[in-house]
Amino acid sequence: MNWDTAWPLVQSSIGPMLEGLVKGTIPLTLIAFPVGLAIALAVALMRLSSIPGLATIGRFYVSIIRGTPLLLQLFIIFYGLPEFGVRFEPFPAAAVALSLNVGGYAAEIIRSAIMSIPKGQVEAAQTIGMGYGLTLRRVVLPQAARVAVPPLSNTLISLVKDTALASTIIVTEMLRVAQELAAPTGQYFTLYGVAAVIYWVICLALSFVQTRLETRLDRYVAR
Amino acid sequence: MSTSPTSGPLVAVDGLRKSFGSNEVLQGIDFTVDPGSVTVLIGASGSGKTTMLRSLNVLDRPDAGLVRIGDVSVDFAGTVPKKDVVRLRAQSGMVFQAHNLFPHRTVLQNVTEGPLLVQGRPRDEVEDEALRLLVQVGLGEKAQQHPYQLSGGQQQRVGIARALALKPQLMLFDEPTSALDPELVGEVLEVMKDLASQGWTMVVVTHEIRFAQQVADQVLFLDGGVVGERGAPGEVLVDPQSPRLQQFLRRILDPL
Repeated sequence: MNWDTAWPLVQSSIGPMLEGLVKGTIPLTLIAFPVGLAIALAVALMRLSSIPGLATIGRFYVSIIRGTPLLLQLFIIFYGLPEFGVRFEPFPAAAVALSLNVGGYAAEIIRSAIMSIPKGQVEAAQTIGMGYGLTLRRVVLPQAARVAVPPLSNTLISLVKDTALASTIIVTEMLRVAQELAAPTGQYFTLYGVAAVIYWVICLALSFVQTRLETRLDRYVAR
Repeated sequence: MSTSPTSGPLVAVDGLRKSFGSNEVLQGIDFTVDPGSVTVLIGASGSGKTTMLRSLNVLDRPDAGLVRIGDVSVDFAGTVPKKDVVRLRAQSGMVFQAHNLFPHRTVLQNVTEGPLLVQGRPRDEVEDEALRLLVQVGLGEKAQQHPYQLSGGQQQRVGIARALALKPQLMLFDEPTSALDPELVGEVLEVMKDLASQGWTMVVVTHEIRFAQQVADQVLFLDGGVVGERGAPGEVLVDPQSPRLQQFLRRILDPL
């Protein structure tokens, strides 16, 4: 650790690292989270379906995603699939792997949130003539959202940090930039420290948004 | 309103059976309901009265038997097409013991949800009508509030307005006052009496014997999955024939 050179290095590296953030970390998060949630909703509904085949497929998907390392999932998509003629550039490969991963974890969150809604709510919807789609959209999901926000925020915050794994398949995100800057200078503590602070600040901001959202969704519920 | 111009009963139930696992809750129930009349189902817990009521709008699906409401008739032996279930369900409105209002919607939205989204009627008309219904149940001023801001009795009255908004032929009430504090029971029964006097056809599961005496046209005593006794409240409630009903009424009217 060289204190004399550390500060200038921080100043000169912060620009490229923020660029890695804006070009890699943030877009990966902004793609993988909504796509992952869409997958998760579909898988959760499959698992809750009374059609036995669907429930099994859903359970299998969740099991595979949760039962293997994310790094391995990333490698299979980027290095493994080309053997079957499916080739991804690094960024899309990372986006696909992260989306599938979020899908597996968030599916269980959404499923449990849906199951937490009292049966009487669904019955009330049925008695006023709502079918499956309307009941889900107007009655179940708006209430399940309130239950799902804290655990889904966890998933989102994990995702922000998991994008760092994309550095292993040469996606230029923030950690990759930090590595490239650190290698020639040997100033690992300084550069990785800067990266750590940036991740932490983003996650702090997300926690703040989570609190606001929870307050908002709780407003119609008696305490 | 709910009265049907055609003669004969509005509701006909024939040979209705329902089991939960090995427990046969309904063991062949028959009854009819005349248009504009009030039928009260009484019976001990486990007698099948709630299951009977829920079978009328297929919240519980009977295993066998016939249900006809108005011009929609469903035979539950064998598979029942989903569209038949939907058509039968649309004939009745349901008021639950636990109100089951939508907590994330205003009182007004709770009432307009069905007419707007299911029946697809125009918003202006639906909202005017919903407000009229809320005034009718004494809650005109609560339209913009949320369910959690209301008392139990008020919540239950919103539940009634929500069911009425779809203009069903038949109103079903599943122990609408059982979950309420005693001082709130009256306001709900009052609204139900109003509906009865306006000519709504109603089937009510309740333990409120005085309500049954004042309002019911027929009382059915369910016992062990069959109709144990039936008739006008003046007969069934005043001069019960079977020891089972005598015992049941004694327990309800004088619990100590």
